Amino acid sequence: MATTTCTTNTPKIEEKPKVLVLQRINAYFEGVLSPHFDLIKADESSLPIPAFLSTHCRHIRALLVMAPIGTFGSSLLDQLPSLGLIACTSAGVNHIDVDACRKRSVAVTNAGEMFTPDAADHTVGLLVDVLRRVVMADRYVRNGSWMLIGDYPLGSKVSGKRVGIVGLGSIGSHVAKRLTAFGCPISYFSRAPKPNYPSYTYFPNVLDLARESDVLILSCALTDETRNIINRDVMIALGKDGVIINVGRGALIDEPELVRCLKEGVIGGAGLDVFVNEPEVPEELTHMENVVLSDHRAVTTPESFKNVLELAIANLDAFFSGKPVLSPVSC
Amino acid sequence: MYAFPSHTAASIPTSDETPTSDLPPLLVLRPLSDTWLSALNAKFTLYSPSSPLSASVHAALISGAYNRVDPALLDQYPSLRCLVNTGAGVNHINLEECKRRGVQVANVGETHSKNVADYAVGLLLDVMRRITMSDRYVRNGLWVTRGNYPLGSKLGGKRVGIVGLGSIGSAIAKRLEAFECKISYLSRKAKPTVSYRYIPNICDLAAESDILVVSCALTKETHHIVNKQVLQALGKEGIIINIGRGASIDEPELVRCLAQGEIKGAGLDVFEHEPNIPKELIELENVVLTPHQSVFTPEAMAEVIQICIANFEAFFTGKPVITPVVAD
Repeated sequence: MATTTCTTNTPKIEEKPKVLVLQRINAYFEGVLSPHFDLIKADESSLPIPAFLSTHCRHIRALLVMAPIGTFGSSLLDQLPSLGLIACTSAGVNHIDVDACRKRSVAVTNAGEMFTPDAADHTVGLLVDVLRRVVMADRYVRNGSWMLIGDYPLGSKVSGKRVGIVGLGSIGSHVAKRLTAFGCPISYFSRAPKPNYPSYTYFPNVLDLARESDVLILSCALTDETRNIINRDVMIALGKDGVIINVGRGALIDEPELVRCLKEGVIGGAGLDVFVNEPEVPEELTHMENVVLSDHRAVTTPESFKNVLELAIANLDAFFSGKPVLSPVSC
Repeated sequence: MYAFPSHTAASIPTSDETPTSDLPPLLVLRPLSDTWLSALNAKFTLYSPSSPLSASVHAALISGAYNRVDPALLDQYPSLRCLVNTGAGVNHINLEECKRRGVQVANVGETHSKNVADYAVGLLLDVMRRITMSDRYVRNGLWVTRGNYPLGSKLGGKRVGIVGLGSIGSAIAKRLEAFECKISYLSRKAKPTVSYRYIPNICDLAAESDILVVSCALTKETHHIVNKQVLQALGKEGIIINIGRGASIDEPELVRCLAQGEIKGAGLDVFEHEPNIPKELIELENVVLTPHQSVFTPEAMAEVIQICIANFEAFFTGKPVITPVVAD
């Protein structure tokens, strides 16, 4: 830390802690973070990333990762020998090699519970929209069809639908609480039963859960075990009136198979906020009336962004002060 | 107006013969789908207004979309002692006049409440989080070319003012509590059994709310109850949801406020002159518009038929109707 000779009217200059950013940072994020940290922005350098890292980043202790895109693993960590923290502003961390980080004693923090209520709200919104055909009804009204043709084909009742949650983590349990108020009985599949939720029914595998559900909600992390966890067998078990809502990661579902099952009427509908190859969405989905598509916005509201940034700042501050971080990723 | 799906043939039955069965006679004053007809024909002998016997029938099936129950109609069918309405709203029925003439009136009770409440919350989430708009955006390929559609805003923690805490309003409140909204309400009088905050004046309710939900019956008092002052009190960040009746809101004023950003957005399932909607709404991105369908699901239709039949059966066996209209 640079200091000056103390005189009564010369302020002490402190360097802000350096935080590396490899992705392009938007103006809002930068505005919130830069008063606290010296942001080292790789994308503003003319050097390619490896050269930038070896030239400027040997002493970098903290990395900020915003969008859950790309891969942050061993090869990167090898180029950041002083790294002690990767602070993520996303909820999911499937883009971070958490094992590799642990082996090198690099802490990883995420958005904690900051996104949880908004993700749960959006999930319920998608479900009601799919079941009650709100999106299509809106289009119908705007087209003038209400006058010409009569009433829009009916949707299906939400109250009382049997809801199966894949991944009863914080988002899943918030969804469960909301749908309970709609009179929906809740079941779930998780790595292990959750004794905190005795009124929800546990199923030890997704197939059985699907068989006993009218709606499947995907709110689990993407891991090797959960990739393509929703496959054709699960969709057949869910059945022709069944609806899938995905706010987790696109790759939780076998996407081409999902499109096929929707086209063939193997399942009844879907509400999708995430896709395997965002922002690309399978073209057939864009012609279907029994789906609702949103642009990976389940977690994002201006309020949640603000909260997530505050949490990231708190994690970084704690780290730089030698204190425990606030929202470490548990695995 | 709301009607049953028009993809099934709907007609008023035209049986004009003298009854050959013991099934009680029922006057049908509204068009019916095949599902309705087969259910009713199993229990009753159906008559249409054109039948010479119509003036002697004691019970009739009516609907707000097709009938106005006023002294003229009651004079036309002077033997009526029981009316069963196929909807929840009864603003088309002169209840005083019915009472005066000893005509029992039944509607479909609380059947619709859950469906309407589910829908109201769905509409609200859609407006707040811009789900319909982002769906359209994604389908048009704009996520790829332009990045994300503008963000919506958080529902949790918002203050919701419910106009009309009847069975629908209560069901909406119960759901929104699970989203951590703070609930206040306006009703004709305070309800001591509920824990929500009672605010006796609609301007005050709007001023203290981020979201107004209109879930009241349409009466003389509630006609245009949401007017210019209320919308201004709700303010530029305010959202309004209407699943009651279009005429509870001053529609031209609402449209003006939406177009000029004086309120933030609206979810509207009902309009003053259905199925006509103000054309200015069509271009707006801060609204969700649906064709008076908050009630309708196939499950609800089946339940409605059963409830109507049960009411008639009670009447024909000399008992009071099961779901009489409650003036609350």
